[in-house]
Order: sequence, then C-alpha cells, then structure tokens
Amino acid sequence: MTEIRGIYTLWLREIKRYLRDRARIVSSFVQPLLWLAIFGTALGTLIKIPMPGLTYQEYIFPGIVGQTLLFTSVFIGISVIWDREFGFLKEIMVAPISRFSVFTGKLLGASTDAIIQGILVFVLGALLGITFNPLVLGEALPIMILITFGLVSIGLIVASFMESLESFGLIVNFINMPMFFLSGALFLIRGPGVPSWLQIVAICNPFTYAVDALRTVILGSSWQPLYPLYVELLVVVCFDLALIAIGTWAFGRRK
Amino acid sequence: MDNAIETIDLTRRFNGLVAVDKLNISVERGEVFGLLGPNGAGKTTTISMLCAILKPTSGTARVNGFDIVKQDMQVRKSIGIVFQDPSIDDRLTGRENLYMHANLYGVPPGEQKSRIDSVLKLVELEDRADDLMRTYSGGMRRRLEIARGLIHSPKILFLDEPTIGLDPQTREHIWSHIEGLRKAHDVTMVLTTHYMDEADRLSDRIAIMDYGKIVASDTSAALKETLEGDVITVKTKEASKLSSVIAGTPGILKANVVGDGLELTVRGGKNLLPRIVEAATKNGIFIEAVSLREPNLGDVFLHYTGRAIRAEGGEELHGMAAIQRRRIK
Repeated sequence: MTEIRGIYTLWLREIKRYLRDRARIVSSFVQPLLWLAIFGTALGTLIKIPMPGLTYQEYIFPGIVGQTLLFTSVFIGISVIWDREFGFLKEIMVAPISRFSVFTGKLLGASTDAIIQGILVFVLGALLGITFNPLVLGEALPIMILITFGLVSIGLIVASFMESLESFGLIVNFINMPMFFLSGALFLIRGPGVPSWLQIVAICNPFTYAVDALRTVILGSSWQPLYPLYVELLVVVCFDLALIAIGTWAFGRRK
Repeated sequence: MDNAIETIDLTRRFNGLVAVDKLNISVERGEVFGLLGPNGAGKTTTISMLCAILKPTSGTARVNGFDIVKQDMQVRKSIGIVFQDPSIDDRLTGRENLYMHANLYGVPPGEQKSRIDSVLKLVELEDRADDLMRTYSGGMRRRLEIARGLIHSPKILFLDEPTIGLDPQTREHIWSHIEGLRKAHDVTMVLTTHYMDEADRLSDRIAIMDYGKIVASDTSAALKETLEGDVITVKTKEASKLSSVIAGTPGILKANVVGDGLELTVRGGKNLLPRIVEAATKNGIFIEAVSLREPNLGDVFLHYTGRAIRAEGGEELHGMAAIQRRRIK
C-alpha cells in the first residue's frame, strides 16, 4: 500500500509540473505542426504513396503521432538530471520505497505527459483537415501507451547514467534521430527500390512496429501492415519489459 | 534501551581516498549530537552512510537498532533528514511538497492533514504554505525542509549543515526552531556543522571530526575545559620570530602560527599579555593587534588538530550557489 501511494505521489508530481508549464504545452504543438503542415504538404507534392486514395500527409500522420511520442518521451528523461542537479532526487532516494516504485512513478508520470502530447497531435491533425475517423483514437491509445512506456524508459535509463544536461541532449539525439528516420514514419521501408540494408535496420528498430501498428489502426483498410497487429504489439511489449527491467536496475544502483 | 546510533569501524573510501576512517561513535537516544569539522572532514559522507544512501566500504552501523547495510528500508523509515543542499521541488507549493513527503513515507492519509498543519505551525510557514517554493527565501526553504523531515515522526533527525549560506538573523531563527523541536518532539538529532557557535549552541555532545576520524568527543564544556587556559591572539607579520622569542616563558602552554599571527594558549592571560608585548618590542617585532579571550570550540579544534578550522567562505559560496541555481532554472 505504501508502495502504491509512493507511485501515485510521484506520478501526481509529474502531472502537476507538466500542467504548470504552459510553454511546454504550447511548444508541443509546434513540432508536429511543422512536420504535418510544411513537410507533409511540400514533400507530399513530390512523393507518391503507392496506396490508392492516400495522400502523403495522411500517410505520415500516424508517423508524426509516433514521432511526438518518441521525442517527448525520451526527452522527459532530462527531468531526472534536473532533479539530481537541484537535489530533489535525494529526497526520493532516501524515502522508504523500493527502487522499482521510484522508477514506476516516474515512468507513469512521464508517460502521461507524453500521451497528452500525442493526443494533441490528433487535435492538430483534425484542425489541418487530415481525414480520420475520430473513433480510431480509442484504438490508437492503447498502442500509444504501450510504446510510450518503452520510450520513456530509454530516456530515464540514459539520464541515470549521465552527469550533465548537455551530454544527455547529445546522447538522446543519437537515439531519437535514427529511431525516427529508420522507422517508416516518413517513408516506406518495404517495397520496390528500398535498399535491403535499410529494410534490415528498420526491422531491428522496435519503434518501426509501433509506427506500423498506429498506421494500421488509423488508416484502416487503406493500409497494408508490415506484420499482423498482434505480432507488432508483442514486439512492443517485449521492448517495454526489457527496458523497464533495465530501468529498475539503473535506478537501484547504490554507490 | 539501546543507543540511537552505533557505528562499528564505519569506513568509506572513494577511489583509494579514505573519507571516513574506522569511525566508532554512539549517539544516545534523545540527545543532540554535533559532528563538527571543516569541509571535507567526512561529515556528509558519514551522514549519507547512516541514512543508507551510501554503502560503507567496510564496517557498519546500527541506526534505531537496524543495520544500515542489511536493513536499509527500516533505517529509512526511522529517520528524517535535512540535506546540506536544497532538496525540494520548487515548482510545487510548500504544502504539496509536504504531502508528497507524507505519501512517500506512508503516513496514513487520515493523519496527513493534521501532521502537515502542525509542522507548518512549528516553523511558522502556515501563511505561505500554498505559495510555490520558488517564491521562498533561502531561510524559508530551510525551515520547510526541517518541517518536512518531521512529518513522518522520525526517531532520529539528521541535520546536515542546517544554516549554511544563511544570514545571521535567519540562522538565529532556525536555531530557535531546532531548539523548539527538542521540546515538542521526542527525537534524537544528529547535527553536522563547520560553525563552532552552532555546534556549541545546539549540541549536548560534540565530536570533532578531521580527515575522516574523530579527534575528540565530549560535551562542549568538557572539551573547552581540556584547554585549561586562555587564548591570546597576536596579529603580526613576524609570527614565527615572535614564537621563538617568547618560547619558554612560564605560563605559555602552546603556541601556533596561524594565518596572519600567533595564537597562544596560556595560563593567567592577563598577566602574561604585557610580557609578550614587551618581548616583541625589545626584539623589534611590530604587533598590529592583540586580544585575550576565554577558549571556544575553535580553539578546541585547533588544540586537537593543530590547525584552525578552515575558512567557511568556500562552502558558504557553494551553498549560495546551490540556492542560486534553483532560481536560475
């Protein structure tokens, strides 16, 4: 019971901090807006998606939902470094709750922030006139939650090993960018003309499966999935479990 | 009843450097125990081990009867700690910080409100409790941290440099709160400080720590008694010359060259003072200033370590920087 209350209070803290940070909420609109409105429209005139009735903007929309989750989730890890820098981490570390609970509280709080950002992208998509059935949000949400757990864990793990904010930013870009570009979020990773090395790398990228799963539920019948949905979800779940295990270990290291 | 804290050859090394060296101290229940020493003496390292944040390299300790290595969870439940550096979330209000603490320490939800109200009252922060922490002054943050350390009714409260970086008036204020605590709560306190006056004022017993070892441990009065003499401070540029000139004069127990002068431990200071000035003049040594006083803990430190307690400037800046950093964010 103490553990659950501990997790709850750490979760609540993240939410309060997020909701009080207006700049963060506003800025979260900007990046997806740039991708969808500018990249999606401009590049859309050049790129032909070999699926009938699908515009490039519609094609990348699920990818941009995923991209928002990826970038927000991994970057939230920086809050661990802030907490360490400002001493608050000590207050948590000396508390009589398990390291698993500390990690879980942080994970759930950060994931909630990221999911809110992800939902905002749907709002943005609707405002930009991208056609999708609003009900797909209900189907997309569980997938978004699943992938977010793993992605947030990446940020938290990296943060637990980093000493400074600068090095965190550097390392995170090395993780984010390849995961994003090699996931099929912006272009097809299977089909004629796609080099085989790119196909192989994309298949090794767990984020590919989340993007494809999102595309499957958002685009419905106009999309041909890479793998059956249950296979993709299974990959994401395995990815989550592995990272949560590593994260708990990383947080539990006592010097 | 057993002691609140008992350390057994407690040792911690960092990359071959010994920070705490086979420490054996015991703290009785209900007392205020002062750990006095300069920066880098190993005080914070000791506290970190006693709070089960840091693992000892060898040796162990029992805190509230629990082993710090094997029963770290029980140790954490038994203690409260006010860290040397700020450790509050300044994006939350004072009250929110306190509720968070209460939840982390498993205070039953039904009791949380009354306990939080009572600790806020103790540190006189009731009217600011719902403001964001970032609007608090350094002294107010410190008071809130002290209040926070008490919410879960710990058996032992650790105060690591509780008044570092604060102005004299605020220090006085916090001291009176700490003294008030003793009366209101049945709690053992361990205090670390590099301020002599702080240790002197608050502690029942004092242990002087230097280079990871305890060099002396007793009540403040008894420690001063060991000096059995007055202190004469002579400010001069030729301290070592003066030291050799007056060597052997009856009544001088000890002479130490410090910073910009000479510090003498003497018997019968009033009579000796004119003799020293006389000797200096005769040998052409210019004396800028001279003073005579009863011994304080600083002299005790000097007596046991042969060095004056290091200037606190550096750490004071560090403490201020820590507070400043929080604001910049």
